[in-house]
Amino acid sequence: MNAIEVYNLTKTFGSFTAVDHISFHVTKGEVFGFLGANGAGKTTAMRMLCGLLEPTSGEGKVAGYEINTESEEIKKHIGYMSQKFSLYNNLTIRENIRFYGGLYDIPKKELKQKTDELLERLGLTTYADKLVESLPLGWKQKLAFSVAIQHNPEIVFLDEPTGGVDPITRRQFWDMIYESAHNGLTVFVTTHYMDEAEYCHRVSIMVDGKIAALGTPNELKKLYETENMDGVFRKLARSAKRNE
Amino acid sequence: MVLKEFKHVLRDQRSLFFLLAQPVMMILLFGFALSNEVKETKIIIVDHARDEVSKSLINRFEQNLYFHIVDILPNENNADEIFKKGIAKLIVVIPANMEDDLKHQYKSTVQLIADASDPNTAAIVSTYAGALFRDYQNELLGLVKMPYEIKVEQRMLYNPQLISAYNFVPGVLTLIMMILGAMMTSVAIVREKELGTMEVLLASPIHPLQIVLSKAIPYLALAFITEIIILLLSVFVLNVPIKGSLILLLAESILFISTTLALGLLISSSTNQQQVAMFISLVGLMLPSLIFSGFMFPIENMPLPLRTISNIVPTKWYYNIVRAIMVKGLGIESIWKETLILATMTLILTGIAIKKFKVHLE
Repeated sequence: MNAIEVYNLTKTFGSFTAVDHISFHVTKGEVFGFLGANGAGKTTAMRMLCGLLEPTSGEGKVAGYEINTESEEIKKHIGYMSQKFSLYNNLTIRENIRFYGGLYDIPKKELKQKTDELLERLGLTTYADKLVESLPLGWKQKLAFSVAIQHNPEIVFLDEPTGGVDPITRRQFWDMIYESAHNGLTVFVTTHYMDEAEYCHRVSIMVDGKIAALGTPNELKKLYETENMDGVFRKLARSAKRNE
Repeated sequence: MVLKEFKHVLRDQRSLFFLLAQPVMMILLFGFALSNEVKETKIIIVDHARDEVSKSLINRFEQNLYFHIVDILPNENNADEIFKKGIAKLIVVIPANMEDDLKHQYKSTVQLIADASDPNTAAIVSTYAGALFRDYQNELLGLVKMPYEIKVEQRMLYNPQLISAYNFVPGVLTLIMMILGAMMTSVAIVREKELGTMEVLLASPIHPLQIVLSKAIPYLALAFITEIIILLLSVFVLNVPIKGSLILLLAESILFISTTLALGLLISSSTNQQQVAMFISLVGLMLPSLIFSGFMFPIENMPLPLRTISNIVPTKWYYNIVRAIMVKGLGIESIWKETLILATMTLILTGIAIKKFKVHLE
């Protein structure tokens, strides 16, 4: 079963085509890496998938709902974590969890219980009433991810989730992602760390609004005859006409 | 959602203090320091006459609340120095032989030398002094019967003592509403964009309008509290009564707050940076509000193009409404025009703001 399917998805802003007829699918439980240089169109594509932006043309389904007509339904069935971790610094950890839970209409009782569970799982129970401000970056990131998936979405969209975090914390973060994927969550992640691309089940690389390559990291490395994903990316990026 | 916004506002104690303390400070500052009234002006009297008339004139100045005699000098030669050192604001020169002149020639000329480096004060002080001499003259006339007499009687309606508080309480009220409604709301929304939390909110099933409204509600509440504080201060500390209906005043205030919220929303949808939002609010809203509301500068004195511009500044209308209700005690029947204009502006602004907000999301 596919969590995401899109056909010829296109978005133009005036005469500029940000996303140019892209088609791909993501299967359920897959960790899908969505790569591309800045300006290649990955943010625009992701925003269309999240129902934040209406496509100019093309069609697709996210979590079984039509992108063009059912964006409200899509929003209920996805989680989203932005690159800035998007937690409220002047709310406590507990308040952040409950606030985001409240957005998805989780019943109050259930939310309370879930909040406690989540705090325990993260080992943050003793800090629950501290302001998020005081948390180290790595913890904020884990919290943001947990918050983004606390309403049990089918797909979670992660927009460059590991910016500014040290390698060890990044590794831990990816362990969390794998664990969730193992439980059936589909993970759609954008990144520009090429070592992270290796962790994904499949990756797509966007160049100039089009998907230039798609496959497992091993397939791509073989195809472009390089040692690592960085090499694949460099070869593809060289062909780009668009600048930043 | 709304609860969370309240928490935000309350957690940020520094700006909360600023928001609540500012109107109090403004009111007190305007009330006591920046008053347009002139009290206890320092004056110097140069008495060349030293007779009965000059004595009784000096006596009058002494008893008058508006004046304080610093010194009585024999001549006015160092007037320049007196003004430069700020010893006095006005020098009253009583000519020699004043009593004789009055008795035999029925006229005498008194000279007033004022420090016009501050033209407003100089004009007011000279007028007061002139009035004092006129009073004295009238008394003399009482003794010597004159066949004809024309008396000019001035009555300052609504504000007989020309208390400046009548002017600035509505002014401060207007400004604070503008700051709270437009500036704080726009900054709060833009802050979410900067944090990246706006994206997450938009990706959730919550309706965008709901996000914006819940942002606005705490500031609405705050604006309302502030308004009540200002009104209490003005009634009990500055003795400016609310002559008209309080309910009408509050209702009109709600209308004006919606105008400012619409403006705030409009600003927030045109930028992604808090500082830019702050800057637009200051330059685009505060300055026109100050200049064109009629609070600081009378609109009637402006050239036609500026007067035309003043019509599109919402603060002008609100300021007029507040003054009409508070100072003149008028009812809805005399301010329906202003109300209608304000309501139309609000509708148009809200329309544009919502449309722009939606487009901006894409």
